[in-house]
Amino acid sequence: MIKKISLTLTTACLTIICFAQDNIGEFHGDFDLNMQSYQEDELIGAKAADEMILNNAYLNINYTKGNFAAGLRYESYLNALLDFDDDYKGNGIPFRYATYTIDGLEVTAGNYYEQIGSGLIFRSYENKGLGVDNAMDGVRLKYSPAKGVYLKTFIGKSRTYFTYADGIIRGADAEVNLNEALNFESKTRVIIGQGLVSRFQLDINPKFKLPQNVAAYSSRLNIINGGWNYSGEYAIKLNDPIGSLTAEENNYANGSALMSNLAYSQRGFGIIAEMHRIDHMEFRSERAQEKQYIINYIPTLTKQHTYTLLALSPCATQPEGEFGTQVDIFYKIKKGSFLGGKYGTKITFNFSNIRSLEKGIKYDIDKNEVVEISNSFKNDYNDFTPKFFSKNGELFFRDINLEIYKKINKKVKATGILAKQSYNKDVLEGKTTYGTVESTIAIADISYKIKKGHTVRIELQELLADGGEGSWSMGLIEYTISPHWFFAVQDMYNWGNHDVKKQLHYVNINCGFLSGSNRFSIGYGKKRAGIFCVGGVCKEVPSSNGFSLTISSSF
Amino acid sequence: MRKLFLTITAIALFSTLSVAQSRTLPSVDVKTLDGENINITAIENDGNPIVISFWATWCKPCKKELNNISEVYEDWQDETGVKVIAISIDNSRSMAKVSPYVNASDWDYEVYLDPNGDLKRAMGVSTVPHTFLLNAKKEIVWQHKGYVDGDEDELLEQIEKIVKK
Repeated sequence: MIKKISLTLTTACLTIICFAQDNIGEFHGDFDLNMQSYQEDELIGAKAADEMILNNAYLNINYTKGNFAAGLRYESYLNALLDFDDDYKGNGIPFRYATYTIDGLEVTAGNYYEQIGSGLIFRSYENKGLGVDNAMDGVRLKYSPAKGVYLKTFIGKSRTYFTYADGIIRGADAEVNLNEALNFESKTRVIIGQGLVSRFQLDINPKFKLPQNVAAYSSRLNIINGGWNYSGEYAIKLNDPIGSLTAEENNYANGSALMSNLAYSQRGFGIIAEMHRIDHMEFRSERAQEKQYIINYIPTLTKQHTYTLLALSPCATQPEGEFGTQVDIFYKIKKGSFLGGKYGTKITFNFSNIRSLEKGIKYDIDKNEVVEISNSFKNDYNDFTPKFFSKNGELFFRDINLEIYKKINKKVKATGILAKQSYNKDVLEGKTTYGTVESTIAIADISYKIKKGHTVRIELQELLADGGEGSWSMGLIEYTISPHWFFAVQDMYNWGNHDVKKQLHYVNINCGFLSGSNRFSIGYGKKRAGIFCVGGVCKEVPSSNGFSLTISSSF
Repeated sequence: MRKLFLTITAIALFSTLSVAQSRTLPSVDVKTLDGENINITAIENDGNPIVISFWATWCKPCKKELNNISEVYEDWQDETGVKVIAISIDNSRSMAKVSPYVNASDWDYEVYLDPNGDLKRAMGVSTVPHTFLLNAKKEIVWQHKGYVDGDEDELLEQIEKIVKK
């Protein structure tokens, strides 16, 4: 009897479940774990952590069902890796959201990431590698009232670690694809956009009158015709003094930013020229002047290098003022030609040059002295705006590099790079005695396929410089067995350091295993202190010495 | 009775698992290289498999993967009808370089931009490259993190498995 009931019930259940399958929705997510042990090493200045082992972990879970989605992120810092800010402490669910779309209207409540245009006036984003996450918490609406017309508006507070900044951020953006909206066929396509952001924060400064609502707005234009592509954006940020009790530190000038680029490409060839001019454009989620509170993004106008010695001294954008230009050329020499050989040859050229704006002077009432400035500044005693083009700008960074890639035969591939970089260490790292470091860099990267799935790769890098930390050499050997294994050993050697004690080897050993959606890797070695850049953002990290374990998985 | 309960639980669990295995694309907008917005669920390949590869102009292994596939792409298309879609996660720092780079590299892929990582997050991509394989129903049936030389052979095996089914 029981068997019979059981069978009937089972069948019924199965039917219901099968029927419901389409309506159950889907759960997906991903998990990341980064563990690092720290041993003291006085020579490189690496500190041992009291905990011996530090650990960061994240679990994302997303649920979707038709037009509805919801999700959360669990974050665990026990305790946070030394590269991370101390304020990341403990466990929590700092990210959760729900969103649905109906008849072209998308509604999101809870946490969200958003960007207006290129981000000059607003970008909230996350980069776990760098410990950056300024997610918004609030409400966002997106609506497309007609073809080619996209509207969005949002309100919320900006995340800082496990809490939220004081300012309330309101934003709106409209983008119109003129060809689609006006329904006309043309070879030329035009897209225009207009964004506005405003931050509210009470003025409790006893001495100075501060604006409680600070607005920033931007206009953008994108024109595409065949292989040509122009895009530009101009932004203004209204006066936003930091609210200091010292007159000198409150700058009442408006900020501005202009970026513009023109690209042309056809099969086998591409060129892009870019410029930007940034003047007093740092925008924070509250007046306090700290890095983690930044809510806009000024893209760095230099190439983002991946080879270690090319990226040893990367450029960091100076949001208070800089003038940058950059040119990239991509060219593929055809197969079968004299220079192209059997497989073709790829050439990449990049030039970038970043300078300060026009220099001027201001009078410092508190110290009763005259100081040099190179950005807009306004208070009761000063009103300085640098000219659009500067004649006396100071060089911050310059990079000229040429890369050639060639597949030599079925087994051997090679890349060669030559570069010359000028790095104003004083400005870019806030130091005073180094001046500008000139370096010449050469890189060779050769890979050899031993047999199916087995490849060995060798990297040789050389950096010659007088200033800064002097010259470096680096070598790397990597052995990979597709699709599961990799092993790598590398050594960086600072043989040219003027301080003989610091002529050190930084040896790192890494190996990893990959299976399906899971990836495990372990490493051991010394990391040098310096600027660590991932995904376009850089921050200073301390030197470290020890084991690391990384696990990454998704479902 | 306990047995019954166990059976039902087991079946329910099994069904949930099998549901969880059929994974579809999230409804997220990306941009075309012409600046148009399209929803990623709108991609089509007439019932043939689709490969979605997340990459960036600053990511060496990503470019290696897409360049290596590019060399054999025509053969793959002839044999399996597969379409490769490359999603660039370049942000506004390097986004403008995507189109010149893609053109100069002679890629025949469909390329979309995901400048603030909306699709990347929705698909659980934490690092690039990250490659997904979709079957005829546009369900994700296989994925792979990272790229080393030779990984494209495994991808082709997976594509062939779908085509044979």
